[in-house]
Amino acid sequence: MPTLDTLKLGQSATIQEFTDDFLSLKFIEMGCLPGEKIKLTNIAPFGDPIAIEVSGYLLSLRKQEAATIVVKINPENTVESCAV
Amino acid sequence: MNLVQSKSSHTSIALIGNPNSGKSTLFNSLTGLHQKTGNYSGVTVDKHYGSYKHHNVEYQLTDLPGTYSLYPKSIDEEVACKALLSSSEKIDVVVIVVDSSNLKRHLLLATQVIDLKKPCVMALNMIDEAEKNNITIYKEELEKLLGISVIATNSRNKEGIKELKEAILNAKVSDSIFYNFEKQKQLFPNADSYEQIITSQFSIKQTNSELIKGFELADNIHRFAKINYIVAKCIKQPEQLSKSITQKLDSFFTHKIFGFAFFFLVLLIIFQFIFYVAEYPMTWIEEGFTYLMNLTATSLPQGQFNDLIVNGILAGISGIVVFVPQIALLFFFIAILEDTGYMARASFILDKVMRRFGLNGKSVIPMISSVACAVPSIMSTRTITNWKDRIITILVTPLISCSARLPVYTLLISIMFAGKQTFLGFNYQGLVLMAMYLLGFTAALLAALVLKRFLKTSEKSYFIMELPVYRKPQWQTVAMLVFDKVKVFLFDAGKIILAISVVLWFLTSHAPSNSFDTIETKYNKIIVATNNDSIKTIYEAQMQSEKLEASYAGILGKKMEPVIKPLGFDWKIGIALITSFAAREVFVGTMATIYSSGDSENTETLREKLIAEKNFETQQPSYTNAVCWSLLVFYVFAMQCMSTLATTYRETKHWKWPAIQLVFMTGLAYLSSFVIYSVFS
Repeated sequence: MPTLDTLKLGQSATIQEFTDDFLSLKFIEMGCLPGEKIKLTNIAPFGDPIAIEVSGYLLSLRKQEAATIVVKINPENTVESCAV
Repeated sequence: MNLVQSKSSHTSIALIGNPNSGKSTLFNSLTGLHQKTGNYSGVTVDKHYGSYKHHNVEYQLTDLPGTYSLYPKSIDEEVACKALLSSSEKIDVVVIVVDSSNLKRHLLLATQVIDLKKPCVMALNMIDEAEKNNITIYKEELEKLLGISVIATNSRNKEGIKELKEAILNAKVSDSIFYNFEKQKQLFPNADSYEQIITSQFSIKQTNSELIKGFELADNIHRFAKINYIVAKCIKQPEQLSKSITQKLDSFFTHKIFGFAFFFLVLLIIFQFIFYVAEYPMTWIEEGFTYLMNLTATSLPQGQFNDLIVNGILAGISGIVVFVPQIALLFFFIAILEDTGYMARASFILDKVMRRFGLNGKSVIPMISSVACAVPSIMSTRTITNWKDRIITILVTPLISCSARLPVYTLLISIMFAGKQTFLGFNYQGLVLMAMYLLGFTAALLAALVLKRFLKTSEKSYFIMELPVYRKPQWQTVAMLVFDKVKVFLFDAGKIILAISVVLWFLTSHAPSNSFDTIETKYNKIIVATNNDSIKTIYEAQMQSEKLEASYAGILGKKMEPVIKPLGFDWKIGIALITSFAAREVFVGTMATIYSSGDSENTETLREKLIAEKNFETQQPSYTNAVCWSLLVFYVFAMQCMSTLATTYRETKHWKWPAIQLVFMTGLAYLSSFVIYSVFS
């Protein structure tokens, strides 16, 4: 299963599970729950950190932190990112 | 349950909410100017509290630090959480502040607070933005599901403030329960309330922490299931986040080229203001105090007391107030950057570079600002929420050459390169000056790297941070922050600075037994005997020089000589090192007094005298290149500034940190100067 850090800009995915206990607690209180749809909206100039859209707001996180979130890439997103 | 007719003289209210919920602005709208800043004991979190009157009842309001949940992940969050539970400070009503356009996430904390079974009301803040984004909130439905009053507010135009005050008066405890009851029965069978579980987080028992984490996970997931139901029932919003201005601005502000270009423009503007613009009010303050000091000196009877008031206390206060323009200007810009949401973006684009040095994206502004002065810079590290990153930034920031070092550098460089003009077409003096600034920057970054390895922290480091939507700055919030910072500096750090300046004044203006009298009698005779005014001035300058040599500072300087001799410094430099602890530029003034070159503003004579100075034993020039280089490097590194130390103490709440700063910087200075002097001589 891919993790959040491997997403391409504009790609959207659904959160599956977390691999780090402490970070999972932080992510959940920030509204990143399993089943929640997210979208990669921004990558910092040096490739890290990244920003995602989740439950209606923007959240930035480092790639190593994003690597602890297992996601399922949503199939329809290619069409959507073209439209944007 | 209707509350508020409490027996005590006032009702106390706590404001709690996520960061970026507009809580502080709401606090300002409620209290106006009736507010104060204090401290939570033991931590460096500022406590904001204020009051207002409604129907002739006094309400005491505390603005708790922003938190995402009642399971704290940082010191600030822990403070907010504990304050809510604290039995010592009884809270009558809790106002839960939520961002209307981001309700889902904000409801997590809201449901947790409701479960504490305290009388609550909810402020549906920034309602205007929700409306603008076509978000409709069915308030009555929300009130029903949450079991508390919900008031739509817009603190920008004070909409809903009156209604909120009215709702606080009638606040009640909700009948609804949101926490994971099943999990509680399983993990905490003995707990009979949610509050007990939350309180038990802070007990010292380690065995608890795993239990709590397990509970937190299950509890928050359970809460979000309920919140999803509430959101579905009460909110109508567009599918997608509207392709708003925020996204367009983000593509510019985080752009590879434009993003950095804009950030450097921001730095340049801040730099211009705190370096050049601040100089005008600073001069006015200094001139104003000089006038006041002269006036006091002539109107009070002559003597010890007069000297203490004028040269000890007034001079000390002048040295404190002179920082105000720089502090006010820096915080004016920082408040705007924070309030508009830009600061989070600056942090976002710089994080990767700064992280390597154990610093934070938010360390950049304090570090650049310290080219002007380390005092406002250290104060501005408050924006760094991670404790370790913040401490490292505070510790290394004073290594960056500040404007007070400039006069020292200029004097020494002009001695070294008297006569010589250019190297490969560049002016020598400019090159050396630049080298000193680069040396300071490099040392700061390297020191950060070292500290990153040695500092231990229990707080986990992460960069999971909200990028708030861009907003227009709130001028009231900006003004409040500036006012607050100036006040905190004047009255907290100011006390320490004043105490040290009085000690320094005593050291330079007092001498053992009656050695001052002897010198004065000797010179007074000669001065009376001369008619020529210019010769009189010379004698007076010589008298001052001899007095300084005889003073306690002079004695200390001479006692210090064996210690600083390996660096190439004599006792005269020793005295200047002591006095310049007040501020580095005092070095020049003290040297001027010692060499009785008169006016310290005119360094030309001092320069000539220093060049002409010969070593007493060897009859060789004292100020060789080796001595000058050694002294230059010493001033780059040494912690020669009591105001910085006082500010570090104020911002860390512990003497340990200024002590470490003093020892490591001065140690570094000593070693470097020793090496430089040995190599050059």
